[in-house]
Amino acid sequence: MTKTAIIARHEFVNTIRRKSYILFTLAFPLLALLVMLVSQVISGLNRPEVMEKELIGYVDETAGFTLHTVQGKIELQPFTTGDTALRALLDKDIKEYFIIPRDYLQTGLIQRYTLERELEPGGETLTVIRNFLLTNLLKEKNETAVIERVKSPLNMVSTVLTETGEAAPNQGGFATFIIPYIFSLLLLMSIFFSSGYLLQGLGEEKENRVMEILLSSVSSRALLAGKIMGLGAAGLLQVIVWLVSANFLARFASSTFGAVIGMLQVPADFLVLGVIYFVLGYLLFAVLMAGAGAVSPTAREAQQTSTLFSLAGVVPLFFMTFIIENPNHVVSRLLTIFPITAPLTVMMRYGLTDIPWWELAVSIVLLILAIGGSFVLCARLFRTFLLMYGKRPDFKEIVRSFRSA
Amino acid sequence: MHTVEVNHVNKIYGNRAVVKDVTFTVSPGEILGLIGPNGAGKTTTIRMMMDIIKPDSGDIRILGEKLTEASKNSIGYLPEERGLYKKLSVMESILYFATLKGMDRQAARQRAEDLLKQVELLPHAHKKIEELSRGMGQIIQFVVTIIHDPKLIILDEPFAGLDPVNTQFLKNVIIDLRRQGKTVIMSTHRMNEIEEICDRILMINRGQTVLYGELAGIKKKFRNNSVLVEYEGQLSMIPGVTGTHKHDHAVELLLDAGTTPQMLLEELVRQGVTINRFELSTPSLHEIFLRVVGEEHD
Repeated sequence: MTKTAIIARHEFVNTIRRKSYILFTLAFPLLALLVMLVSQVISGLNRPEVMEKELIGYVDETAGFTLHTVQGKIELQPFTTGDTALRALLDKDIKEYFIIPRDYLQTGLIQRYTLERELEPGGETLTVIRNFLLTNLLKEKNETAVIERVKSPLNMVSTVLTETGEAAPNQGGFATFIIPYIFSLLLLMSIFFSSGYLLQGLGEEKENRVMEILLSSVSSRALLAGKIMGLGAAGLLQVIVWLVSANFLARFASSTFGAVIGMLQVPADFLVLGVIYFVLGYLLFAVLMAGAGAVSPTAREAQQTSTLFSLAGVVPLFFMTFIIENPNHVVSRLLTIFPITAPLTVMMRYGLTDIPWWELAVSIVLLILAIGGSFVLCARLFRTFLLMYGKRPDFKEIVRSFRSA
Repeated sequence: MHTVEVNHVNKIYGNRAVVKDVTFTVSPGEILGLIGPNGAGKTTTIRMMMDIIKPDSGDIRILGEKLTEASKNSIGYLPEERGLYKKLSVMESILYFATLKGMDRQAARQRAEDLLKQVELLPHAHKKIEELSRGMGQIIQFVVTIIHDPKLIILDEPFAGLDPVNTQFLKNVIIDLRRQGKTVIMSTHRMNEIEEICDRILMINRGQTVLYGELAGIKKKFRNNSVLVEYEGQLSMIPGVTGTHKHDHAVELLLDAGTTPQMLLEELVRQGVTINRFELSTPSLHEIFLRVVGEEHD
């Protein structure tokens, strides 16, 4: 095993043994499970399915509404006057009642009376009343199919075409946007947690003086590379645990959740792109954070310095509305090419537009160059400043260390 | 072949020369004492030897070649700033650093058990470092330094913070390492330890070599032409004695250039004084240190 591999293994094993790591890795799926259970329990409480027969009264002043009074468990019971209906409501014989006024055809007005306070009428009640009205209004028409269509006139399926007139492989829409969005959030979280561990580890090694022994055994480059690889693997493991548990949770999720998750078919080219940007994005941020760790005397100060890079990394989130509305604007393109913002921007734009291949190529090449360049500079910072205890180098010293070595 | 060859090495931080034209060699089976006041450039010199920092000019060769990743495995280094991972167990810590020095994990475990048994810390092998006393931690750090059986051992303030029992134990181990043909460089402020175990010394002050050579030779060089005498009886005028210094039980007789201790002894015998002690007065390393560093500061 090379020394880099030994360091990577050590960092990986010790990170995944940390209480905070285990807690955070497990907390995410557990929290999701909890949210799911609670939301299902609450929705069950709010919208109990109609188990027993339910009576809704109505007073028909137009004398034309008689059909379709029984729908599932709900039955509509006619009353001759408002007073008799009111009495039945107060006696709790019916749940609620409504009046179809004489001028209903002109105004569309329905007067509804209930004993319960509510934000809006319950969905099922509304549907029942609506279908009752529609059926009676259209009773002159004998075609059931037309009546059914009036009840539900729009069931739209859109197809995005390519310039040759074929169906485009990327059909856009909610699902194609949601995957990149989830992916970019995962990327961000994983980057920040892994590089957070990197910073914390460096700070501890500086504070407990292990750094000098390490540097007497390995070069600063091997040390940096080993740490980034080990912690990157720990970050990746975390994401894998989350993805697997998300998949697992989906089976237990309610039909609504299930439908959304079912829509999340990941296209192969996106997966490849996702993995490339995930790895490159992590490497760039890890190297930058390590540089911040090297020049900062304590873990706390390192955290502050690194916030600069973290903020730069989440810039695409501030621009999210803009990118969604203008995925091909020059600003979106620049954010795609600039290494620090590239991973997140590419993930966001992917679902919205076809990113030209040359933009992706330039962005990946620039990312790789940025990683290589910052790795070399960072290793120099490591060499010069890791053993400076309790002193923050000034800007001149940092520039000088870049030139030397 | 010398284990260490340092030739005309310089290091400048900002506008300050921390190490100026330092040159020395150390051979197998030798203990070199590296001494000097705080901030003299000792640690910087050691870090340059370890390739932790690069010299601005000059040449450093370890075991005949420039230091490489592989040749780092032949060096054991105990830094002045001690440190181990507090949350790791003793055995895990030793194994991690041993594998970083190129050792096979299984062989490292065997040797770690042997060494821990030798220092009577084997029962603590699975305790976390933070559960150990400071002295125990120091000994573990020393075990880490020599676990991979290095040819060159560099010890920066090895006795700092050790109690007398552990200090003696460590001295014995260092002397044993010399017997095995290892090269030891030891930087310390404790002059008596240097006098006790070092063969040669290198004294640095303000980044420059001020003394370098065999301990006995240096002491001889700094010797006054004087003799310590403990006697009974009455001393009369002695020709060639230019002055006296009273010590606790003895008198130091300062001789002029034309008088040798031999001539003094003959004169004392002739005067019929009973002599209990007759010793050439040599300054301690501590005195030499103060004298050299003091002169430099004047």
